[in-house]
Amino acid sequence: MKRVYVNEAWCLGCHLCEYNCAFANSGLSDMVKALKGKKLFPRISVDGKDKISFAVSCRHCNDPLCVKCCISGALHTDNGRVCIDKTKCVGCLSCIMACPYGALSVSENGTAQKCELCLENTCGEPACVKGCPNRAIVYEER
Amino acid sequence: MKQYVIIGNGIAAAGCIEGIRSIDTESHIVVVSKESQPVYCRPLISYYLEGKTTLDKIGYRPDDFYQKNGCEVLYHETAIQIDHENKAVVLSKGSTVPFSELCIATGSSPFVPPFDGLDSVKNHFSFITLEDAFALEKAISPDSRVLIIGAGLIGLKCAEGLHDRVKSIMVCDLADKILSSILDQDTAPMVQKFLEMHGIDFCLSDSVVRFDGNKAIMKSGKVIDFDILVTAVGVRANTALIAEIGGTVNRGIVVNSEMRTSLDNVYAAGDCTEGFDLSFGDNRVLALLPNAYIQGFTAGINMAGGTKSFDNAIPMNSIGILGLHVMTAGSYTSEKDGGTVYMQKDDTSCKKFFVRDGLLKGYILVDKVERGGIYTSLIREQTPLETVDFDLLKENASFMAFSSESRRKKFGDVV
Repeated sequence: MKRVYVNEAWCLGCHLCEYNCAFANSGLSDMVKALKGKKLFPRISVDGKDKISFAVSCRHCNDPLCVKCCISGALHTDNGRVCIDKTKCVGCLSCIMACPYGALSVSENGTAQKCELCLENTCGEPACVKGCPNRAIVYEER
Repeated sequence: MKQYVIIGNGIAAAGCIEGIRSIDTESHIVVVSKESQPVYCRPLISYYLEGKTTLDKIGYRPDDFYQKNGCEVLYHETAIQIDHENKAVVLSKGSTVPFSELCIATGSSPFVPPFDGLDSVKNHFSFITLEDAFALEKAISPDSRVLIIGAGLIGLKCAEGLHDRVKSIMVCDLADKILSSILDQDTAPMVQKFLEMHGIDFCLSDSVVRFDGNKAIMKSGKVIDFDILVTAVGVRANTALIAEIGGTVNRGIVVNSEMRTSLDNVYAAGDCTEGFDLSFGDNRVLALLPNAYIQGFTAGINMAGGTKSFDNAIPMNSIGILGLHVMTAGSYTSEKDGGTVYMQKDDTSCKKFFVRDGLLKGYILVDKVERGGIYTSLIREQTPLETVDFDLLKENASFMAFSSESRRKKFGDVV
């Protein structure tokens, strides 16, 4: 299965992946309307310190602990991809307590949110990878 | 072909079904369900009262879950006895079900202390099952004054669920602090203060001497008037089926890391069990959802002839009450036990870490819960703290605290 992988040596720390993620999941067709002046809730986040930076998003683990810890059944797997049914999520954040990668976060309305590889929005492939200027994140089989 | 029988229809049972089916897609599975609902997570009942979930969303699994997994569910049915010699379960309606492998997933039951005068209280409820939530919902009105006995997870989630639907809520507890099973003297008062600001009242270090109709007469002499009483003092593991036939039982049914009980072909999972707590170093009842699911899944695999061990169970809780999030995990080793405690605290948030023998043993996070799972994994994986930048981690759960090689593996490999 194709997943998003990180090569931190190539990460510029530009945060473009975060903007592209927030835009792709906004449901809007105009990036300015989607992002300008708004608090963003990207599902990928750039972490780092000094000269090191790297992007963190869902690893789509083979044995996802978040799914096992989800109290509502909102988190589930779909052909190896870890997905969330936001209409079932109650925002208890058990998944955030469980994820060893720190890859889930709280969405605008208080439910949990996570990377679904842009297969649930109109982008069709990870927008973060598509917009990365230095191939610091890639979407491939490993 | 085998026949699997699961007694219980909660989260551990769902895990068991999925564990069995990951190995054996053929054999028949019988599920004995006391309640009339397909599997749902009991902690969701407070979210139901609050309107954050609905009856058509509350199901833990899709509607076709049992059918797809070849399960026969016997609703409104309880197991009254295990005939271990003949490998059969005797049911309350008189029939018996034979098993090749049996899983006990009977959960726990609310414990109601024998309060003097409790019979005189007209509106008395527990808060465990969806039926309890329906009954409570029917009894309340915007004018109701609610008295909750027990300031633990169940009592406080009940208070949250009722918060916008009743006139007043008073929560009493014998303990001197709220959430005494997961918070300590530094953190419980912060959460209490937050809840008081939202209109929930507390009466701690006090207990009910007797009830007289709509009045609770307290040990302190205080008299509390109420319309609705909820008792949420605690729960006890349902162990009788195993105890009666000589299986090993302490405070829960004792299981090993494969979820085997002391009896052949009999497994147990979920809130009815007592298993090894890695952070505590001994057996404990870990009545929490992640544990129930993983235990059930582990039992299922072993019942079906596979091999699976679950040996890193720890307590962990993530609870949000009226918008304040609290996350806790592991065991709280004190300085007296040779541990070191680190705390960063301001008026509304706190991060507290408990370290011993160079390992993170537990944490309490109030409000600052971002990426808390990184801390949880340090406990579960027993990561030596000398291999990470723990000073940085105390501030911020960041992978900068790990080596670049560890980051490369975590974010560059299939995990």
